[in-house]
Amino acid sequence: MTLARQRRVLPGFGLSLGFTLAYLSLIVLIPLSAVFVMAAGMGWDAYVAAATAPRVVASYKLSFGASLLAAAINVVFGLILAWGLVRYTFPGKKLVDALVDLPFALPTAVAGIALTAIYAQNGWIGQWLAPFDIRIAFTPIGIVIALVFIGLPFVVRTVQPVLEDLDAEFEEAAASLGAGRLQTFVRVVFPALIPALLTGFALAFARAVGEYGSVIFIAGNMPFVSEITPLMIITKLEQYDYAGATAIASVMLMLSFVLLLVINGLQAWSSRRGGREA
Amino acid sequence: MAGAAGHLHGFAGSATRFENNIATRDQTWVKYLVLGTGLTFFALFLMLPLITVFFEAFRRGWDVYVTSLSDPDALSAVRLTLLAAAISVPLNLVFGISAAWAITKHDFPGKQVLISFIDLPFSVSPVVAGLVFVLLFGAQGWFGPWLQDNDIKIIFAVPGIVLATVFVTFPFVARELIPLMQAQGRDEEEAAVTLGASGLQTFWRVTLPNVKWALLYGVILCNARAMGEFGAVSVVSGHIRGQTNTMPLHVEILYNEYQFAAAFAVASLLAFLALMTLAVKTFIEWRTRAACAEEKLG
Repeated sequence: MTLARQRRVLPGFGLSLGFTLAYLSLIVLIPLSAVFVMAAGMGWDAYVAAATAPRVVASYKLSFGASLLAAAINVVFGLILAWGLVRYTFPGKKLVDALVDLPFALPTAVAGIALTAIYAQNGWIGQWLAPFDIRIAFTPIGIVIALVFIGLPFVVRTVQPVLEDLDAEFEEAAASLGAGRLQTFVRVVFPALIPALLTGFALAFARAVGEYGSVIFIAGNMPFVSEITPLMIITKLEQYDYAGATAIASVMLMLSFVLLLVINGLQAWSSRRGGREA
Repeated sequence: MAGAAGHLHGFAGSATRFENNIATRDQTWVKYLVLGTGLTFFALFLMLPLITVFFEAFRRGWDVYVTSLSDPDALSAVRLTLLAAAISVPLNLVFGISAAWAITKHDFPGKQVLISFIDLPFSVSPVVAGLVFVLLFGAQGWFGPWLQDNDIKIIFAVPGIVLATVFVTFPFVARELIPLMQAQGRDEEEAAVTLGASGLQTFWRVTLPNVKWALLYGVILCNARAMGEFGAVSVVSGHIRGQTNTMPLHVEILYNEYQFAAAFAVASLLAFLALMTLAVKTFIEWRTRAACAEEKLG
């Protein structure tokens, strides 16, 4: 038996890798490359014109801004919820913990119509806000609410394990040196959570930018006011403007790739800091 | 979104070790403030939508509910959703096993890049995922003219819906298996092969029992997404009633026609599926944790 044979003793390498690469190429890589090939075929001027039309730029600003705001809200409340789940005992905790993942499991269209029903002017929450002339459904605020819904578990589920694994020794040392609880949290615990919070933020943001189903029902979809970028792609397709749709899609794809790199970097940092495998 | 949906497991361990340690115990008022804020947020943002779905579905009574669900268009949407899941889940299951076997049981250059590529569909907007198949197979797409000449319909037909579903659910099984099989190493399989087991025997008798819970976990997440996908399917469907509408698309159509009770009735089935998924997921996590504890004791 040669050395090389000994090293690769398990069978099925050629078959499994071959199938994996073929399937990956057919389902993911070739279809995605179609966007860039198509965009490249448009010519630079037409591409720029389609990707930076005023209505499209307005949608970038809205998608980006609403996603940032929603991710920021999720970081705050996700941390509070994760803290409660890790540090305290309370009745119904297991149920709450299981249901935090609801936005992952609930189809986005279902979330979309439910949120719209709640925040519409005659809805459970909407009717209390209507007398104050506060409108949530069919405005950008509604978009933020939908994005908060779908992004929350990303923050909770990245912060929770780090908080769980945090060694009590650091807090014990801080307490023995005379630090108060608030001081200990700000100086000792919070810095240890920063990589996880940033990762959760980036994951929630990345999901929010591309989100479609939960948003379109509550958004109102008014040009220049409440049209998100994925909806712009659909609108272009419905007008048979394939080139326009492709140009916008290529911008979104490039943003996705950048976010993927950022998230991988953050996760590597997070696991080095926490000393655990991501 | 590396590991976005696949990898986030619940962690509600015991909090007593924090509450009994004077250095990690928060003041009572802090505890109630944190829990009050967190649980109010949880109730408003997560529970209220869930309750709304069932409340609106049954608001007009049981008869309206049953009538909405037994409508022929609703039934055909249920059938199409089941069909799309029945094709895409097994395909991605086979892919997940094959990718995990290649990546974790063998050495080859470019492994990390391959793992990143497998994650790609998680970070692509569902709308873009639908669009790519329109660009390939649509009337103006790369293969459009050829498909038309041969009278094959993919976009605005069932094959397109299946393709889009396969794309968005692509990473689920692989994402669950790869980290676990990496952690388990190759010793057991190598021992089996050395003792004369064939590749398939090794897989069935050694690898599969070791990963069965993770595999099931990946499959139920994959299935939930396959049945609930909206954006990608919406782009390729064409929304032909009774033909190319899945359940989520049917919900949209009913809602846009102001048939709220019917829309929420179909939505309640999907919400029920989501709750079932979470229940199975929680059960598997509980099983895995129990197995871990046993291993530590033994």
